[in-house]
Amino acid sequence: MSSTTGPVVDIRDLSVTFATDAGRVVAVQDVSLEVGPGEVLAIVGESGSGKTVTARSILGLLPETATTRGAVLLTRKDGSSSADVVTLKRSDLGDVRGRDAAMVFQEPSTSLNPVYKVGWQIIEGLRAHGGYSRAEARAKAIDVLRRVGIPEPEKRIDHYPHQFSGGQKQRIVIAQALVLDPGVIIADEPTTALDVTVQAEILDLLRRCRDEFGTAIVLITHNMGVVADLADRVAVMFQGRLVEQADVRTLFSAPREEYTKQLLGSVPRLGQGLARTQERAAARPADWAQAAPLVAARDLRIVYPGRLRAPDFTAVDGVSFAIRPGEVLGLVGESGSGKTTIGRAIAGLTKVTDGSLTVLGTEMNGVKEKRFRPVRERIGFVFQDPASSFNPLLTIAQAVAEPLVVHGRAKDAHEARGRVEELLEAVQLPTSFADRFPHELSGGQRQRASLARALALRPELLIADEPTSALDVSVQARVLDLFAELQLEYGFACLFISHDLAVVDILADRIAVLYRGQLVEEGTGEQVLGAPQHPYTQRLLASLPVPDPDEQAARRASWQSLA
Amino acid sequence: MTTTSTELTGEPATVPEAAPPTRRRRTGGGLGSYITVRFLLIFPTVFILVTTVFFLMRTTGDPITAALGGRLAPAELAERVAAAGYDRPLFTQYLEYLGQLVRLDFGTTLSTNQPVLEVLADFGAATLELAVYALIVAFVIGIPLGRFAAYARDRWPDAVLRVFAILCYATPVFFLGMLLKLVFSSSLGWLPANGRASTRTEILIQTSVDNPTGIYLIDAIKTGSGEAVRDVLEHAILPAVALGLLTAGVFLRLVRTNVIGTLGMGYVEAARSRGVGERRLLRKHAYRPALIPIITVIGLQIALLLGGAVLTETTFEWRGLGFQLSEFLQARDFVAVQGMVVLLAVVVAVTNFVVDVVAALIDPRVRY
Amino acid sequence: MSTAATTTAVPVRRRRGLPVVRQLKQAVGLQRGMLVAGLVLTGVFLLTAALADLLAPYGYNQLRDADGPFGAQQSPSGEHWLGTTVGGYDVLSRVIYGTRTALAVIVVGIVLSFFIGVLLGLVSGYFGGWLDRVLVVVADAVYAFPPLLLAIVTAIVISGGQSSLWGGIMAAAIAITVIYIPQYFRVIRAETVRIKAEAYVESAKVIGASHWRIMTRHVLRNATRTLPLILTLNASEAILTLAGLGFLGFGIEPTSGAEWGFDLNRALSDVTSGIWWTSIPPGLAIVWVVLGLTLVGESLNDLVDPRLRSRRAADAGETGEVTVVPGGTLGAGPAGLAGIEATR
Repeated sequence: MSSTTGPVVDIRDLSVTFATDAGRVVAVQDVSLEVGPGEVLAIVGESGSGKTVTARSILGLLPETATTRGAVLLTRKDGSSSADVVTLKRSDLGDVRGRDAAMVFQEPSTSLNPVYKVGWQIIEGLRAHGGYSRAEARAKAIDVLRRVGIPEPEKRIDHYPHQFSGGQKQRIVIAQALVLDPGVIIADEPTTALDVTVQAEILDLLRRCRDEFGTAIVLITHNMGVVADLADRVAVMFQGRLVEQADVRTLFSAPREEYTKQLLGSVPRLGQGLARTQERAAARPADWAQAAPLVAARDLRIVYPGRLRAPDFTAVDGVSFAIRPGEVLGLVGESGSGKTTIGRAIAGLTKVTDGSLTVLGTEMNGVKEKRFRPVRERIGFVFQDPASSFNPLLTIAQAVAEPLVVHGRAKDAHEARGRVEELLEAVQLPTSFADRFPHELSGGQRQRASLARALALRPELLIADEPTSALDVSVQARVLDLFAELQLEYGFACLFISHDLAVVDILADRIAVLYRGQLVEEGTGEQVLGAPQHPYTQRLLASLPVPDPDEQAARRASWQSLA
Repeated sequence: MTTTSTELTGEPATVPEAAPPTRRRRTGGGLGSYITVRFLLIFPTVFILVTTVFFLMRTTGDPITAALGGRLAPAELAERVAAAGYDRPLFTQYLEYLGQLVRLDFGTTLSTNQPVLEVLADFGAATLELAVYALIVAFVIGIPLGRFAAYARDRWPDAVLRVFAILCYATPVFFLGMLLKLVFSSSLGWLPANGRASTRTEILIQTSVDNPTGIYLIDAIKTGSGEAVRDVLEHAILPAVALGLLTAGVFLRLVRTNVIGTLGMGYVEAARSRGVGERRLLRKHAYRPALIPIITVIGLQIALLLGGAVLTETTFEWRGLGFQLSEFLQARDFVAVQGMVVLLAVVVAVTNFVVDVVAALIDPRVRY
Repeated sequence: MSTAATTTAVPVRRRRGLPVVRQLKQAVGLQRGMLVAGLVLTGVFLLTAALADLLAPYGYNQLRDADGPFGAQQSPSGEHWLGTTVGGYDVLSRVIYGTRTALAVIVVGIVLSFFIGVLLGLVSGYFGGWLDRVLVVVADAVYAFPPLLLAIVTAIVISGGQSSLWGGIMAAAIAITVIYIPQYFRVIRAETVRIKAEAYVESAKVIGASHWRIMTRHVLRNATRTLPLILTLNASEAILTLAGLGFLGFGIEPTSGAEWGFDLNRALSDVTSGIWWTSIPPGLAIVWVVLGLTLVGESLNDLVDPRLRSRRAADAGETGEVTVVPGGTLGAGPAGLAGIEATR
């Protein structure tokens, strides 16, 4: 993409250092980047790559523990002025921020002030940058709200942030940026906190920002699908350095650097699991389908009682399914679909309200904890957040030994040591990690240890609640591989819960799709992903951006026809 | 230490973290039911305090023995105890006491033979006046300084202000009162040391105002005498500063911590990214959301202020409820003490209710 | 340090240590200054209490020496560095012996309220249900009540108003207990409710651990993290409550012990006549102790809460300027660097 005028953002030899408790940490080193007018530059990388720090330094939004070197030249949209953000004084920074470059944050729910009306917050930006009368500013705010797709903007302008949904809030945040007509919008993981169907709409809106307002976009993301969907050019960062920079098609079709190849190779793709599923299905004995299921739900209903006269919330509404021995059932749905609730109900963490749920021969409707406790020995559970699923005061060895000690297989952690080391080896963690504390492990390592703990008693059933959603994509790929290997070796049945269709597809024998507490579709990966029947599944599938610019363009067209 | 828990009853969190977002925090009519529930909560609160105080005080014995024991012959004492009904089973007395309270009868003092409610009527205005002055001092000093400390965070003005706040808290009100008296009254002679007004002003109020409110400032204005107003204000300065500084220190710390907390929120960063100036960020974005928890904690401060008022009034001979309470304590008149403690409990419970409702009204998340 | 003679490695506790020492190492600048000042003030207080017999020139209830009575309200002199009180006692000696009373009240009061409050908070928060609701309403009711009034009521119960040294100490200590049980209860309960929702507690539940094991091994140890600072803050409030009770006449008789609040009460009339030495020394002693304890508590609070902890700024580079964003925190901070899994 060539540009006739100069770049709107020109980063030269940027280095950023932070002071931390552990000493100086270099977050960004010698990064040089350019963004042309109307161009979408994606900065991709995993956590710790320095992509967010680089983006924030464009607006000088770094904490006071940071030291910045190099130059960040910002040029006004009309090219009338240009300034080096690194050397600007604080008072002058205020003029540049919002006018030359604006920012869209990851969490729309925290980037709006809860005690002010959204209109007030949009107008505030306008008034910070020049003389608008009250009526003019209000008219402009209403206009921009309409343009970002908020219905009835005349009325909604006087609403408070909590009266909008997550996707609408992100639209308002984008409106706040657009109303100042900046040359570039910096979007820091703008869709990560959103569901995939909402993500598609926000990506569409960002594309329109570029097309209709001529705004350049710096898109920070870890999601290669999002990159393929929106970006013109891609910059890959790793450990604070710029690894590779290329046109989006070139990068996806012919990555130059080893790291980029590795990164692209780790991205889960739809249809990847097909061969494995068929292989596993073929290996099963003929009478497998007749075997008694480990878990069977019939018209399962789970209701959270409302408080203070608020209505009850039905999280799971009449769901029926079964998990047979050795089978992996993938449960897919967006937030609020009830997928986590089902997993918790099977593990006895949430009470069943109505219908029947049999887990390893025990009816969960009205079960007493005392009766269920012996059954727990046969169930393993892997939690979503590796950061909080370990008691910070216990070593990894002590944590992994817990199930062995609780069920009397070992007297204490010392006695269980041999088995703990075996388990750590099984999940490919060095045995020396046994004496470490959880905070001394990385997210991926902790999730492996979590898997070791879940498998300590050789369970017949494993429940994995979004086990990889907090991990970087390359780490996720390795954990998923490990998971598949262990499943083959131990032969446990598994309920695998995820919001990501592609991840579920890799592991699951069958996929069940949940939508607002109801099971809308169930079948093999081939059936559900290949020929979805329910409109929701179709929409979900079409919303999922794939890491291939050309294929994604085609999918976008089909998504637009569905909408 | 600001452990503010605004939760009503702390119902167990049955809804897991991944609670569906479609569920609104409070649906239509939320504010109405909130106020109702919050209002109803006054009753168990008062009931618990009444019960606690009643049984605590009766475990020592009966009030008549406490007040007159040793001064009367045992037979006469027993007669007086029986006459007052203190020889009956404790639980019967408890039920009777509850019955009295329902009829707003808080008991009759032994020493002055006056209904406790009347004591409140006579001296409540004085305590209210002192509390209002002290709150004004606390607001005027504590809140702007707290905002400034947050703004100057970790620089020297912040250090000075924090030490000042801790000193406000570390100095007992009565000691501060005595210091102020030593400096401004005994040494410099600028301000009067004791009382609410000079005898001249009190006589003037009694003779020339038809319906005295008991709040001297208003009464003094009614007399139309500038000298009286001045006299009343001069008497109020030292007690108000002594009591106000205690609360000012708390406000300062509270405002500072909360403003620093909100300054780290995403929306402040977002506003900064749109070019909103630092001063405005502090004034509009950090301060106003921080106000809601602050108001809730101010409710709890009322209780502290009342405790402080007892000490301040004793120090400055300010004839209010606290001074009376201290007199009753010296006289070992425990019927009066019990009555006043229960009465103050009601006052505190009602004030906290009002404060919580105000906090709810300010928060748009509750209002809509 | 376990004494078990096992060959397997004892858990290595890196980056851990005595809580206060660790914080002291972590602290910088102003916060370090506050912590050090607090520790020094508190240390002097503790030493004085320990060495009171050596430091004090006279006994706390001594009215005369070989040369006859001290006399009342004597101004400071070579014999009586801080003069004598209206009752004829030596002010300095009473101030010094007052540290013992204060320390005794802190220790007894905190030990009592701590164990009851923590146990109730843990059980209530963990099991929930109607007992929890009742306890919360009771605790909130007591919490909202003016602490001094509650202390007065309790003091009446225990001592009937008049007291010996230990009677007075117990009166103040139990009064403090009644006030602080709800505070510990609230703090521990809130922590327990929060921790109960953490994944590691749920994971223990899924494993099948008993309630007792979960409560002691997983919840309690994590819930008590913030206690050191609550302890210091409550200790300082204990002193203020003791002084307040003493000032209102619920103190310890001067013949049986030295108590600052009581001495201040007796000095009230002196102030009007311009006598400063009977009121200022005991008052300053109270301020000294409360200030010391509060400084320690406040700085611990700041250091535990990363939002409030100030850090060393990075050395300014050769070029460019440090971008100053007061109070700004970075979402994906440099800590993320450690989050990269080593590729092996």
